[in-house]
Amino acid sequence: MPEEFDVIGRAKPKIDGRAKATGQARYCGDLKFPNMLVGKILTSPYAHARILSIDTSEAEKLPGVKAVITHRDVPDLKYGISPARWDENIFCIDKVRFVGDKVAAVAAVDEETVYQALKLIRVEYEELPAVLDPLTSMDEGMPQIHEQFPRNINTEIHQHFGDVEKAFAEAYHVRTDRFVGQRTYQSPIEPHSAIAIWADGKLTVYSSTQSPHYFQYYLAREFGLPMGDVRVIKPFVGGGFGGKLEPTGLEFAGAVLSRLTGRPVKMFYDRHEMFAHNRGRHRQYMEITSGVDKDGRILGVHANFIMDGGAYTSLGVASAYYAGAMLPLTYGFENFKFDMYRVYTNLPACGAQRGHGAPQPRYALECHLDMVAGDLGMDPIELRLRNARRPDTVTPNDFQVNSCELTACLEKARELSRWDEKKGHLPPGRGIGVAVGSFVSGAGYPIYRTDLPHAAAVIRVNEDGTSATLYTGAVDIGQGSDTVLCQMAAQAMGFTYENMKIVSADTETAPHDFGAYASRQTLMSGWAVKRAGEEVKAQLLDMAAAMLGVAADTLDCRMGVVFDRATGEGKLDFAQAARAFFVKHGPLVGKGSYAPPKLGGTFKGAAVGTSPAYSFATQVSEVEIDAETGEIKVAEVWDVHDCGTVINPALLSAQVHGALYMGMGESVWEQVVFDDKGRILNGNLGEYRLPTALDMPKITSALVHSEVPEPAGPWGVKEVGEGATIPTMGCYANAIYDAMGIRLDSLPLSYEKVWRALKEKREAASVN
Amino acid sequence: MEDRQGRSRHLVTLVVNGDEYTLAVKANTLLVNVLRDMLDLTGTKRGCELGDCGSCTVLLDGRPVNSCLVLAVEADGHEVTTIEGVAQNDRLDRIQEAFIENAAIQCGYCTPGMILSAKALLTRNPHPTEAEVRQAIAGNLCRCTGYVNIVKAVLAAAENS
Repeated sequence: MPEEFDVIGRAKPKIDGRAKATGQARYCGDLKFPNMLVGKILTSPYAHARILSIDTSEAEKLPGVKAVITHRDVPDLKYGISPARWDENIFCIDKVRFVGDKVAAVAAVDEETVYQALKLIRVEYEELPAVLDPLTSMDEGMPQIHEQFPRNINTEIHQHFGDVEKAFAEAYHVRTDRFVGQRTYQSPIEPHSAIAIWADGKLTVYSSTQSPHYFQYYLAREFGLPMGDVRVIKPFVGGGFGGKLEPTGLEFAGAVLSRLTGRPVKMFYDRHEMFAHNRGRHRQYMEITSGVDKDGRILGVHANFIMDGGAYTSLGVASAYYAGAMLPLTYGFENFKFDMYRVYTNLPACGAQRGHGAPQPRYALECHLDMVAGDLGMDPIELRLRNARRPDTVTPNDFQVNSCELTACLEKARELSRWDEKKGHLPPGRGIGVAVGSFVSGAGYPIYRTDLPHAAAVIRVNEDGTSATLYTGAVDIGQGSDTVLCQMAAQAMGFTYENMKIVSADTETAPHDFGAYASRQTLMSGWAVKRAGEEVKAQLLDMAAAMLGVAADTLDCRMGVVFDRATGEGKLDFAQAARAFFVKHGPLVGKGSYAPPKLGGTFKGAAVGTSPAYSFATQVSEVEIDAETGEIKVAEVWDVHDCGTVINPALLSAQVHGALYMGMGESVWEQVVFDDKGRILNGNLGEYRLPTALDMPKITSALVHSEVPEPAGPWGVKEVGEGATIPTMGCYANAIYDAMGIRLDSLPLSYEKVWRALKEKREAASVN
Repeated sequence: MEDRQGRSRHLVTLVVNGDEYTLAVKANTLLVNVLRDMLDLTGTKRGCELGDCGSCTVLLDGRPVNSCLVLAVEADGHEVTTIEGVAQNDRLDRIQEAFIENAAIQCGYCTPGMILSAKALLTRNPHPTEAEVRQAIAGNLCRCTGYVNIVKAVLAAAENS
C-alpha cells in the first residue's frame, strides 16, 4: 500500500459496530408502525397441482382478520429476471408448481390470528404428476411445468470457442469425468421480511433486501406506478448471500394488503418458508472433458452440464451462463465448448448463491485436473502453474483480464502450506489438496435492461464543515460496504473516516445503485464515491485558495487539513474552508456515478461473466480422515487471494473467512433434501447442517498484489467476498483423495460417502 | 382472566435488565415474543423459532437460554438479561468492545446472542481456552464470519479482564 493513503488501507472499525453490538440496530422484523397489521402467505402443499377453487370466506370471518387476497386481487403480470423468461406470478392463477408456491395471503391484527386464518382458507386442488428429477425432466411425455417452455427446458446454451474437437484430436491425453452437485440454501440468519405502507398514492416498502432499486423497479412495474411513487428502504439486513436479491411474495402481497386495509402490513417468512422460497444454489450434473499435451498444458475443455432450476427462472438464467463462463478465467486454454440445459422441476426455484453458478463447476474442473495430473504423474500445483492465466490476456469467451496474480497465489499457497514437504509424505489418513478460483468484481451489465449507470453517490459536507454525509444506493448487508465506502469518500475528499456519516440503500434519499450482488460494490459503488469525493475536494480547495489568496493547484487536503503542496505546511482546516464555502455558495456537495465500459463479445450470452476486473485465488487444505467412521476433519486451510488494493484489511479477511466457511459447509454438510412428493425434509437449521464454531479449521489468509494496480478499479480494488467460496469444494475433494485414494464425485463430500467409498475400496481389494 | 375466545391470561413478573415488569401473557406466549413485542427489546432476534440458531439467546438467571424455547410463564419470577442490558449505561462491556475491535461483527444478526453466550462463559470461566470458547458458542450459528474473529474477540475480552 503506497504511503499516500491515510484512510483507505486501514482496519477502521465498522461504522455500525456499536449499533450491532448493543442490540440497537433495527432489522426489518424489528420495525413497528402505528396501527400495523401482520401478514402471511398461504403456500401450496403439492408439488404440481391444478387450482380448482379457492374459498376465503371462513378466513375472512375470523375476528381480527382484515384482508384475505388471492390471484384475483393482484396484477397478473409475470415477473422474473429477463423478459424472455418472465414466468412467475405474485400468486398462482391456475396451477401450483412446487410445495411452497404462493396461493393467497392474509393480514390480521396479530401473528396468531394470521396463522389461524391461513388454516381456514379452503383451496381445492387436482394433483398432477410432478417432475422431481432434472435428468428425466426433458424426456418426451413428461408433464409440462410451464406451457411456454417445451420439454421443461428453461435455458439452453451451446457455446463453442476455438475448436475443441481439433484440440482433443491433437492432445496427448484426453479424459472425461462426471460430477454431481447438490442443492444448498443461503440460510441467512435473519429471515426475510417486508413492511408495506401504501398511503396517499405512494408505496413505501421496508425490506430485508440486497437491492432496493431492483425491488423498486419490480414493485413499480407490477402495480403500474411511476418509480418515483415507490420508495424501498433497506434497514439493517442480517445476511443475504444472494437469497435476498429478488423480490419475494412478501413485498408484493404486503403492498396489496396495505392498499386494501389502509394500514401498514408486516410480512415475514419463518425458517421453513425461507427454505421453500429458496433461490439457493442449483444442483448441477457436470461432465468435463479436457485434452492436454505431454507437458500438461490444457489444449481444450468441454463442459457439458445440466442444472436443476426448480419451478421458476428466478435469477437462474444468469446462473446457467455463469456455470460455464467462469471456467476459462483461471487457465490459459484457447478452445472451449460449453453446453448447458437448465431444466424446470417441481421443486423450489434456484437462483444466485455466493459465487453464483461457479463453485460446483469449479469443483468438477479442479477434481478433473487433479486426475489429469495423476495420469501424467505430475504434481497438481505444477500442472496448475503451467496453465495459470497471465495478466493482460483475453479468455476464449472474450473476457478481458487486466491484473492477474494467479501464479503468485499458487506459489505463495505452496510455500505457506509447506506443500512440497507434505505432498506424498503425510501419514496415512492425512492428505493435502489444492484448487483455484476466480470471480467477477461486479457484473459488466445491469440486472435488468436499462441505461442507468451502475452506481451513483452524493456527498454533502455539513454546514459547519465538521462532518460529511455520503448518500449512496449501495447496500450493506453485513459485508461492510457502508464502512468501506465512507473510507473511500474520506480518502477522496481529504477528510477523516471518523467524521463521515452515511445514508444508504433508501431509494428516496440516496441515488441509484444496483445493490449487493456479484461482488460489485467496492469497485462500482467505490468509483461513484471516489468521483463524488474528488468533486468535493476540488470545490473545497478553490474556496481555500480564495481564502488564502493563492492558486488552488498549490494546495491539497488530507485528513481534514488543507496544506501547501510544496512545503507540506498546514494552512487551513477542512472545516473552516467548508464552512466558508457554505456561507458564500450554499451546500458543498459532490456527486459521482459509474458505468463500466462496453465489455465482452457479441455471441449469445456474452454479457454474463463480463466484469471490469477479476479476482484470483488459490486454496490449499489439509484434511484428516477417520477410516472407521468416514469423518472428515479439516486441519488447516490456506487461502491466497489476488483481490487488488485493500480498503479495509480487517473487513477483507473477514470476507475471506466467511466465504470459505460457506464453501466448507457446502463441501461437507449442507444439502436440501426432498421426499418423493417434493416436500423438503430438512427445512430447518437443525437438520440442514450449517457449520458451527466447533467445525471450523484453522484458516490462514494471505494476499498477493500485482506491481501495477488493477486499472479498472478505484485505487486498484477488486473482488473478495465471493471468490473464497469457489475453490473450497474442489480443494477438499482433492485433499480427501490424497488422504485415502478415494474420489468423491458428488457433493456434499459427506462422512457417509467417505465411509462407503472406503468400504468399496476395501472390498475391491479383497476380491483382487 | 379470559378473552372472548376463551383463552386465559397469566400474570407474570420478570426482572429484565434489572427492571421489574408484570405482564399478562397467554400460556403459549414465548419469552422471545414478550421481550420483542411487549417490552420492545428487539435486540433479541428471532431466527428459527426452534432453538437451532441461537439468535434469541438471553441469560435467564445468568445462564444462556434460547428464549424461543422458554415460555413466558416459565420465566415468571426470574431474572432475564438481554443484549440491551449488557452495556453499563454508555459504557460497553469488554466483550462488546472486543467484538467491534476484532471485526467480529458482519451482518450483526447473531451478534446479540453470541455476546450473551460469551458473557455467560466469561462469567463462569474468566480464562477459557480456545476450545472452551468454541464449545460455548457452538449453539449460536453465524453465517457471515466463519467464527474466526468471534473466537478471537472472546479470547481478547478474556485477556483484558
